[in-house]
Amino acid sequence: MLRYIIRRLIWLVFVLVVITAITYSIFFLLPGGGTDTIAQRFAGRAPRPELVQEVKIQMGLDKPIYMQFFSFTKNLFFGDQYGWPGFGKSFTLRLPMKPILLERTLVTLQLALGAAVMWLCIGIPIGVLSALRPRSLFDRFAMIFALVGISIPVFVLGAIGLYALVYKTHLLPGTGYYSIFEYGFQPWFSHFLLPWFVLSLLYAAFYARLSRANLLEVMGEDYMRTARSKGLTERRVIVHHGLRASMTPLVTVFGLDLAGLMAGAIITERIFNIPGIGDLAIKSIGSQDVYAILDVTLVAAFIITFANLVVDIVYAFLDPRVRYE
Amino acid sequence: MPEPLLEVKDLRVSFPTEDGVVKAVDGLSFSIQAGETLGVVGESGSGKSVSFLTVMGLINRKSAIVEGQVLFQGQDLLTLPSEELQEVRGRKIAMIFQDPMTSLHPFYRVGDQIAEAILAHEKISKKEAADRSVEMLRRVNIPRPDERARQYPHEFSGGMRQRAMIAMALSLNPDLLIADEPTTALDVTVQAQILDLVDRLQTEFNTAVALITHDLGVVAEHCDHIQVMYAGRIVEEGTGDDIYYNPMMPYTWGLMRSIPRLGAETARLTPIMGSPPSLIHLPSGCAFSPRCPYAFDLCHEEAPALLPVDGHHAAACHLSMEDRNRIVAEEVLTQS
Repeated sequence: MLRYIIRRLIWLVFVLVVITAITYSIFFLLPGGGTDTIAQRFAGRAPRPELVQEVKIQMGLDKPIYMQFFSFTKNLFFGDQYGWPGFGKSFTLRLPMKPILLERTLVTLQLALGAAVMWLCIGIPIGVLSALRPRSLFDRFAMIFALVGISIPVFVLGAIGLYALVYKTHLLPGTGYYSIFEYGFQPWFSHFLLPWFVLSLLYAAFYARLSRANLLEVMGEDYMRTARSKGLTERRVIVHHGLRASMTPLVTVFGLDLAGLMAGAIITERIFNIPGIGDLAIKSIGSQDVYAILDVTLVAAFIITFANLVVDIVYAFLDPRVRYE
Repeated sequence: MPEPLLEVKDLRVSFPTEDGVVKAVDGLSFSIQAGETLGVVGESGSGKSVSFLTVMGLINRKSAIVEGQVLFQGQDLLTLPSEELQEVRGRKIAMIFQDPMTSLHPFYRVGDQIAEAILAHEKISKKEAADRSVEMLRRVNIPRPDERARQYPHEFSGGMRQRAMIAMALSLNPDLLIADEPTTALDVTVQAQILDLVDRLQTEFNTAVALITHDLGVVAEHCDHIQVMYAGRIVEEGTGDDIYYNPMMPYTWGLMRSIPRLGAETARLTPIMGSPPSLIHLPSGCAFSPRCPYAFDLCHEEAPALLPVDGHHAAACHLSMEDRNRIVAEEVLTQS
């Protein structure tokens, strides 16, 4: 198992390097990019060539591309003057990226985790109860709910939510992020409630369908029949034998969903004005801030690749048939 | 004649489906005495599995129509409330199934699964239950049972898994063990071992056994009494000698003739012509009549009753005794 983990970690490093290379290629090698264009953008209006050259030197764009790539990658893994890992400096903000990334990642984490708790608590019970009463009224309504949840776009739901709950009825305070440390529990919670709900609805619907399908399939398995033949109570059969088998695949899905969400809940963050990673990504792309974009991409890539590794390992603990060499 | 351990009276089980009502069991009556082994032979669709699943109460009563009586030690299991039925299941009647790989939960250790069965019915400590499950594994001849108990089902071989299932079934010393095709998924050499094991354990535990199979060879040596089922009914029943040396019903003749014999001259087997009937649209009269080479008019109109031939031997056929004896002597037994 240890050898497997080490192999996967090496692979993780490789993935990050490749992503850096690809991002560099997009910015410097494709038409519309290149060191001159980028430097010009940051040099102000109609700059003189000497100014552009000066900016290039300042940004480190004067060196050959492969050298820039190497030094960036080296800094990333070994740290630069701003700390470890070396994320460099943002050009629009003229500030080191590392603290910005840290802060924004934590904000997105709050958003993602809160939504995750919500969707697990909504989706899985609905799915399980539907599976236990297939084709009943509850089941049919639950699946309609699932269809609606999967189909509604986040921005529509967000807009409706804001209009109904904030503008019209004033039940909720509004958009924005209010740190729990600075403002206390109430503002933090009431500002996150709607974003959590909007984000979780899609996943709740998906998980309801998934857990329903899994449990229905498991209910027909032979070992369920064996469990009943031993004289166990129906509850024990369903919970101990049925749920354990049907929920295990959900662990993998959950890990990957959470990671994906961490890597960019872009629309939700924009609608509700939450300063997270997704929001940073949009802003950086809009302002063509090369290093910021690169950093955000790498953070996202890292989270997803690492989450892949974690869920694989967790699955090996849950399913004894899976063993890694 | 002591009261039978299990007495099934006119059991009918049907499943309403979109295509029609499937009559899986169509008037089944039999009994099993304490300590006896009953062989239940039939092809797929004969109702042999469904009837015993109904005895265990494992048929979903919401999707099946069940009529008749299943008297176990005097109690009708079909009308028993579910808590009491849970008491009977596992403790008084146990069942083992065809495919031991899928019948054991893949995520739990084998020893724990056996202990679970014990703990469901007896108030003992977990340690005691664990010790007993190791002991049961030892009794089914699994080597190093204490190590094996801590392993998962996928770490066992096929034969060992079936042994573990048997250990689990017998762990509470039930009065009746239902074995639903226990050897079908195993290879031949292992089959013999498992059947011998069941024999031995049956004597040790004094358990009655219902051995369900499609394999005539399996029932020959191991059963006191055999019943042959077709389309949800018994078409012939008797002791092993009765069935093998004096079969009295065309379906049984067909089964006997289709057994491959070592050293036989012909290269081709002699199957029963046609295929099993649709259980939704059963043929009128005798269910076997469309495939029976000896069928005449009455066979297509009226279903024959199961009538005694002699002693415990009974068969359901309209042919006269003389005709049947003649056919048996001339055509069936000459093949051996």
